[in-house]
Amino acid sequence: MTRFITSGFSHFILFIGILIMIVPVWMIFASSTHTGLTINTQGLQMFLGDSFYENYLRVLLYKGGFFKEITALKMFLNSFIMATGVAILSVITSLMAAYALVYYRTKYATLLFWIIFVTILVPLELRIFPTYSVMAELNLVNSYFGLIVPISASAIATLFFRQFYKTVPDELLESAKLDGANTWRFFVDFLVPLSKTMIVAMLIFMFVFGYNQYLWPLLVTSSEQYWTVVMGLKMMSGSIVHRFAFVMMSMVPPILIIIVLQKHFIKGVFQDK
Amino acid sequence: MSFLDLKNVTKIYPNGTKAVHETSLSVDEGEFMVFVGPSGCGKSTLLRMVAGLEDITEGDINLDGKLINEVDPSERDVAMVFQNYALYPHMNVYNNLAYGLKNRGIDKETIEQKVNDAAKLLQISDFLQRKPSMLSGGQRQRVAMGRAIVRNPKIFLFDEPLSNLDAKLRIQMRLEIKKLQQKVGVTSIFVTHDQVEAMTLADRLAVINDGIIEQLGTPIEIYNNPKSLFVAGFIGSPQMNFLDANLNNKTLSAENFEIKNIDSDYNGEVTLGIRPEHLIETENGLINLKVELVEQLGSDNLVYGQIKNIKDFCYRSPGNQTIKKGDTLSLNIEENKYFIFDKSTGKRVN
Repeated sequence: MTRFITSGFSHFILFIGILIMIVPVWMIFASSTHTGLTINTQGLQMFLGDSFYENYLRVLLYKGGFFKEITALKMFLNSFIMATGVAILSVITSLMAAYALVYYRTKYATLLFWIIFVTILVPLELRIFPTYSVMAELNLVNSYFGLIVPISASAIATLFFRQFYKTVPDELLESAKLDGANTWRFFVDFLVPLSKTMIVAMLIFMFVFGYNQYLWPLLVTSSEQYWTVVMGLKMMSGSIVHRFAFVMMSMVPPILIIIVLQKHFIKGVFQDK
Repeated sequence: MSFLDLKNVTKIYPNGTKAVHETSLSVDEGEFMVFVGPSGCGKSTLLRMVAGLEDITEGDINLDGKLINEVDPSERDVAMVFQNYALYPHMNVYNNLAYGLKNRGIDKETIEQKVNDAAKLLQISDFLQRKPSMLSGGQRQRVAMGRAIVRNPKIFLFDEPLSNLDAKLRIQMRLEIKKLQQKVGVTSIFVTHDQVEAMTLADRLAVINDGIIEQLGTPIEIYNNPKSLFVAGFIGSPQMNFLDANLNNKTLSAENFEIKNIDSDYNGEVTLGIRPEHLIETENGLINLKVELVEQLGSDNLVYGQIKNIKDFCYRSPGNQTIKKGDTLSLNIEENKYFIFDKSTGKRVN
């Protein structure tokens, strides 16, 4: 009986938590399917309306911005390119940095690692002007390259890969050496496949990180052609229902990437121990 | 020059520890050499220097007539079986075997041929598509050996490969390794701390202590004629019994018995060594053993007891005898089956 009560109680707490998380999102979604007039006169809606296609299509294709040349669709593309670029590039650089730190047993490897690690304490915002001036100098303002590269070195990912490499037994390296693998082959044939699950986890993490960037894209792009979704949230003008629709859509890519990659993530966890 | 030649090989680690002292050794082609010694004696370091996984501080290593001191491990054409097998966890058995061949740029058909041959030889053909995590200890061991065999290297190096297996499997794999080595005929070095393994596998045995080869020879030579106290104590199971004694004018006096006409001119304090299996029961023997414990092994009994102040003296008696705790046995030493060592240096003196 007591067990029933405790489990009932914890379920109740969880249920409340779920409500707190879900209800606002649902209200935005429900409201985004009504007309602007309904929202303005009757407030936020709990039930679905019938303007879903009308609102969402208009948001996707409406040309916004000062020069009326950016659509939400283009923003999604920009965000996708930026987030994917950040995810892939930062995973590659961290994999390699960690490899160098662990396997090239230089005297200063630990010191170097901590120097890299300390950069976590220096957020992008703090170094944003020097970073910008470097990008401006290199003529990389208003380019995908300029959007992606400056935020693609991740100390956290480097930390994760480094800790993982340290658990790989030395015999594996020695055995591979005797089998004729050079340093590059050991990296590609052993460490990369062995860190598969870690790579997937970091890809998710860095994708969301890249997708959520606001200040940096705002600064490094003056052309509307490079606006991202998160910037669009701020810039979006028009009816409240269109903004709601945009907010809803802006949530889709990160959720999608987690759903898609999580399958591999779990597979990796269970098949390769 | 023999097939593998170590000349004054020394290893000093950066922190100053001297792991191997000016060791010289040659191994003939096709020979099965075993390095045996307690843990930390430098036997693995010596092996790893042959493999190229440790730098050589001083001295030369020649393999097949070529100086290999500075040759990269991948170029030495040696294969090694590690203690924990070091199988590639993300590759299936086939790729574990094939990886070394792929890196050598061998074409696909030849690789397939070689892998299948090796798999057949080791009876692992059924597991080729499995990952190492799905194999048992013995099967992993076979895969590790398959990986060595498939490359047809100049020399096999085994670094305590049996120590992760249970007792029964260990004996079985020991036999298989020996058979396999005889069949394939590749020169091999096997490192172990288990003296039974060493005795059974070796064509020749190097007993290593503190980075020095104490004695080198065939297992039976070493068993019959240990040159030092360390070797005498290390080789043989159960361990040799040691008694303090005095040697004067060819007469040895121990706690309560004497042996005359000893073939040695040494005078002074010595240690007398007698193997448990070199004792026989007689009437009015030299030694009176008060039995404290009997281990019945079936084929024979290990009798532990006390001679005056010496504890845990061991005697191996035939299995059909019934000996009880509290019995007193009268024992003699088989003729000339005793060893006398200088007490201070540990060197054999008779």
